[in-house]
Amino acid sequence: MTEILVLVDHVDGAVRKPAYELLAIAKRLGSPSAVFIGTADQVGAAAESLTKFGADKVYVVDDAAVKGYLVAPKAEVLAQLAQKAGAGAVLITSSAEGKEVAGRLAIKLQSGVITDAVDVQAGPVTTQSVFAGNYTVQAKVTKGTPIITVKPNAAAPEETAGAGAREDFVPTISDSARKARIVASQPRVASGRPELTEAAIVVSGGRGTGGNFEPVEQFADSLGAAVGASRAAVDSGWVPHAYQVGQTGKTVSPQLYVAAGISGAIQHRAGMQTSKTIVAVNKDEEAPLFELVDLGIVGDLHAVLPAATEAIVARKG
Amino acid sequence: MKIVVCVKHVTDATADQKFEADNTVDRVNVDGLLSELDEYAVEQSLQLKEKNEDAEVVALCVGPEKAADAVRKALQMGADSGVHVSDEAIAGSDAIATAKVLAAAVNKMGGADVVVTGMASTDGAMSVVPAMLAELLDLPQVTFASVVESQGAEFRIKRDGDVATEIIGATAPLVLSVTDQSGEARYPSFKGIMAAKKKPVENWSLSDLGVDASEVGLGAAWTAVVETTARPARTAGEIVTDEGGSGAQALVNFLAGKKFI
Ligand SMILES: Cc1cc2nc3c(=O)[nH]c(=O)nc-3n(C[C@H](O)[C@H](O)[C@H](O)COP(=O)(O)OP(=O)(O)OC[C@H]3O[C@@H](n4cnc5c(N)ncnc54)[C@H](O)[C@@H]3O)c2cc1C
Ligand SMILES: Nc1ncnc2c1ncn2[C@@H]1O[C@H](COP(=O)(O)O)[C@@H](O)[C@H]1O
Repeated sequence: MTEILVLVDHVDGAVRKPAYELLAIAKRLGSPSAVFIGTADQVGAAAESLTKFGADKVYVVDDAAVKGYLVAPKAEVLAQLAQKAGAGAVLITSSAEGKEVAGRLAIKLQSGVITDAVDVQAGPVTTQSVFAGNYTVQAKVTKGTPIITVKPNAAAPEETAGAGAREDFVPTISDSARKARIVASQPRVASGRPELTEAAIVVSGGRGTGGNFEPVEQFADSLGAAVGASRAAVDSGWVPHAYQVGQTGKTVSPQLYVAAGISGAIQHRAGMQTSKTIVAVNKDEEAPLFELVDLGIVGDLHAVLPAATEAIVARKG
Repeated sequence: MKIVVCVKHVTDATADQKFEADNTVDRVNVDGLLSELDEYAVEQSLQLKEKNEDAEVVALCVGPEKAADAVRKALQMGADSGVHVSDEAIAGSDAIATAKVLAAAVNKMGGADVVVTGMASTDGAMSVVPAMLAELLDLPQVTFASVVESQGAEFRIKRDGDVATEIIGATAPLVLSVTDQSGEARYPSFKGIMAAKKKPVENWSLSDLGVDASEVGLGAAWTAVVETTARPARTAGEIVTDEGGSGAQALVNFLAGKKFI
């Protein structure tokens, strides 16, 4: 069966959930081959979990020549592996970096690239959501090796073990790929909450919080949710940019999205419109976000959220 | 220092966007403007110019006739000259073809010290053209900059990634893309608007660039849209007005009904 390459997204060896989702998708297209770029001491545990989630092959690439440089060396690794393996497709997580790797890879392989797929079926035929979620588009790559970046939550990870054959791969990294150096790296402080893009529930606050995010955070915590924000809240310096949902922030597609004190500008909607269930709390009954909701509460978030939090906490006892 | 800033003319995100019968984006019947995210790129270009002697800023746009508006806006903001690449054959181009045309235009200008772009087009929003440009021009990419610092040819940017914030360093020539966190874009002044009228704009076609028409356009796209479907309108949800705690009650009941709690 043709190999489907999956670039494994991980933090110091800890495989991130979207990588398992990609393996599940790869299985629909062929035989999943995980590409793990990391250090030798990280491989063991990672290879095991990748195998558990379906990897028939795990390519291990020592990151000495890759780490410390931005994007370009990863594209070289994938280009060389795709050629060697005669890959049927390359799947990459749709992050800023993932899309850039895909873009450079497309040029190297002279292949078509599709970004931000929310579904991929045999073919491969992709599904994307465009124009702020107002349209759904189905597409395919017509030239070369399909390169597809897939959004988190596009598939459920499947715990069906693959063959898990390990193979070391030594890439040739050019000098020119090592011109953009990572001079320093500051890991994001863990919030203790789920990752915004991976969370099943997201609770976001906007300008309507007036800078007090406590009701939003406590409500989120009562639901085990991630906390998001509108750009207005980020620009006011109330929460870090990493919280931002929307066109220039994160795109989320959770089971439940709760927006509190957010009007629902098109740029915000672009980042949350595909959520399965949408709830809004807003003082203004004319707020555009109410057009999208399954449940809308017209009221003050500073009253509604704390009362709801209290009731939920009490229920959970 | 030669700074080339890539500016895209996009359909208005707040307008009613749709597809044509051939599944390309309807760019004719929808109002357009300079992509708001490219205003940040113009701003950074102007700031670079201000701190480097003998620097010039060229605004480069690939797009149909009316895309000239995007070049004009960049000139009004303060760019020195413009290049507008327009050719019927370009219609329907995908990101790769667009990047090829942009790269060919940069090469025709004799290269650039810094190619500045926005973080994404507000319409296509693939965020791949800057990386592709770097690949095609064989330049280092310092992309998604929320902060840009430079001293002569040495650049340092701050890049907020998914799991870490990184400082990226590279030496020009390079490709720089900036986010909407990189600093407010200036408004054109009245003087700027008047001055823009006298600034030179070159109009190039594919043959000027030596790009073959068969490499671009819908026919040369390496991906194909199979189907487009308008999202079904969401059925109107339930709206509850909070009165003495009824809002919180409705919210909790709803969440329990949907098994979220
Ligand atoms: C190029 C570009 C990119 C952008 N990208 C993004 C993006 O990624 N994400 C994003 O979010 N925005 C983005 N924006 C900004 C967007 O256009 C809006 O300005 C922004 O989303 C507004 O945030 P908001 O809803 O919090 O604020 P507002 O629009 O000011 O809305 C605040 C809401 O809070 C309500 N409210 C006030 N007090 C209370 C209370 N006590 N209880 C309940 N409700 C209350 C008000 O009725 C109002 O509806 C972008 C804009 C541009 C031009
Ligand atoms: N047709 C175009 N003309 C000029 N610049 C463009 C064009 N398309 C994309 N760009 C540049 O590339 C950036 C990213 O675009 P994209 O990859 O389409 O999201 C934009 O912000 C622009 O700076």
